[in-house]
Amino acid sequence: MIDRVVDVKAVSADLGGRRILHEVDLQVTTGEVVTLLGANGSGKSTLVRGVVGLVPLSGGTVELFGTPLPRFREWGRIGYVPQRVTAASGVPATVREVVAAGRLSGRGVLARFGAADRTAVDDALDVVGLRPLGRTGVAKLSGGQQQRVLIARALAGRPDLLILDEPMSGVDADSQLAIAAALEQMVAGGTSVLLVLHELGQLAALIDRSVVLGDGRVTYTGSEPPAPGDHRDADHDFLPPPAGGFGLSSSPFGVRQ
Amino acid sequence: MSYLTLPFIEKALLAALLVGLAAPAVGTYLVQRRLALMGDGIGHVALTGVAMGFLLGTSPVLTAVIVASLGAVAIELVRARGRASGDVALAMLFYGGLAGGVLLISLEPGGNTNLLTYLFGSILTVSGQDLVTIGVLTVGVLVVAIGLRRQLFAVCQDEEFARVSGLPVQLLNIVLAVTAALTVTVAMRVVGLLLVSALLVVPVAAAQQLTRGFAATMALAMVIGVVVSVGGVVASHPLNVGPGALIVVLAIVVFGFASLASTLLTRPTRVSP
Repeated sequence: MIDRVVDVKAVSADLGGRRILHEVDLQVTTGEVVTLLGANGSGKSTLVRGVVGLVPLSGGTVELFGTPLPRFREWGRIGYVPQRVTAASGVPATVREVVAAGRLSGRGVLARFGAADRTAVDDALDVVGLRPLGRTGVAKLSGGQQQRVLIARALAGRPDLLILDEPMSGVDADSQLAIAAALEQMVAGGTSVLLVLHELGQLAALIDRSVVLGDGRVTYTGSEPPAPGDHRDADHDFLPPPAGGFGLSSSPFGVRQ
Repeated sequence: MSYLTLPFIEKALLAALLVGLAAPAVGTYLVQRRLALMGDGIGHVALTGVAMGFLLGTSPVLTAVIVASLGAVAIELVRARGRASGDVALAMLFYGGLAGGVLLISLEPGGNTNLLTYLFGSILTVSGQDLVTIGVLTVGVLVVAIGLRRQLFAVCQDEEFARVSGLPVQLLNIVLAVTAALTVTVAMRVVGLLLVSALLVVPVAAAQQLTRGFAATMALAMVIGVVVSVGGVVASHPLNVGPGALIVVLAIVVFGFASLASTLLTRPTRVSP
């Protein structure tokens, strides 16, 4: 299928001798926004890391843009935002220096960093709203701003597919809004998105399809947000209804516009 | 200052200039990756190479380059595998290298004098031939450290992102490890294997007190490296002290002033938006 940007079939993965993923299927079609949901330890991070080749698979196949993962070379088409607490490292780096690292895909060692590259960095910083802070050291930024720097780094390569691992975790409200706006702009431009989330939150309106993992298996997939808290879950807490009843707006998944 | 025109001082100054440039350039990546002590480990391993050179009657620098490069690649492979037992494996390598070197040198008559030369450096005995070797190695180190700066920056900043960008991460890591090994063998003539890591790391630590960016940190670290190396050689003669140790002490003094300046200059600023 030509229009499948991600095609995961019966993928299994083991970490430290323990099976983390059990024959998981996952598809993302062109222009689609798919979110992976699930409790901590459900395997959602392992799945996206397996999709980009950071975790070895013990079974199944992954195709990116129609090419099997072992033969896939067009890494410039993918913008990856790893789960990170910080964008800083042992030596200071400016926001622009970190974002410019997103321009290296498919570039020869001798290629000059030219005007087109600088424009792409500017554009990526505009999308996440950090252009005025380009010359600032990343270590000086808040956690949410650093997350936006990492998103800008992924955008700088002008990807067709964005893969984000928990972009909203530990991010302040202002940066959550900025990230939601950035993703909205990318999706409007035709970018496909696969993202791991803890809850839909600010991004609910943007999501086309949710896939829920539980203990390394797909437990739900569909265009409607899953019911918050599955009553069949072994660890589901049966709580009394809140005083005001179950209002739709109190759903952690928000309301689809 | 007429002693500065003495031939052996001129050679020493040139060697100091080259090493002062090369060591912080590579050191910036090691500090970025939080592997500041890697140079120390390579230095330990290089001693075995030096000793082998003595025993085989070949150039100790050549054998040191080979053994240190193999050691650096081994260190990199242990690091990349990220196993919990990795630091114990590194300890084996470091102390095996040091002990092996001392042992081999003790087999050679008069070896102990040579040992001290390599452990603590002897920049004042640098020969014309040494200078050529140091010059060639320095050019190689700078070509990698500056020419591959975008790729090495990406790999040292965020290895997983670099991998997903399609960069040849393992190859770049090995290139960096071998470059670090070359730097260590170049710098061992100047400050000695026991202090070599200081020349890789301390100028970088000093520079980053005053900079916000990576390129600026590397450039300033190279300036500091040259100033303390050349300054150490110049000042060692009238002070009648060993230049190697003086270079490292000067670097630490610069670090002290830089962090003082950083504390005084930095106002707590709030960044927005």
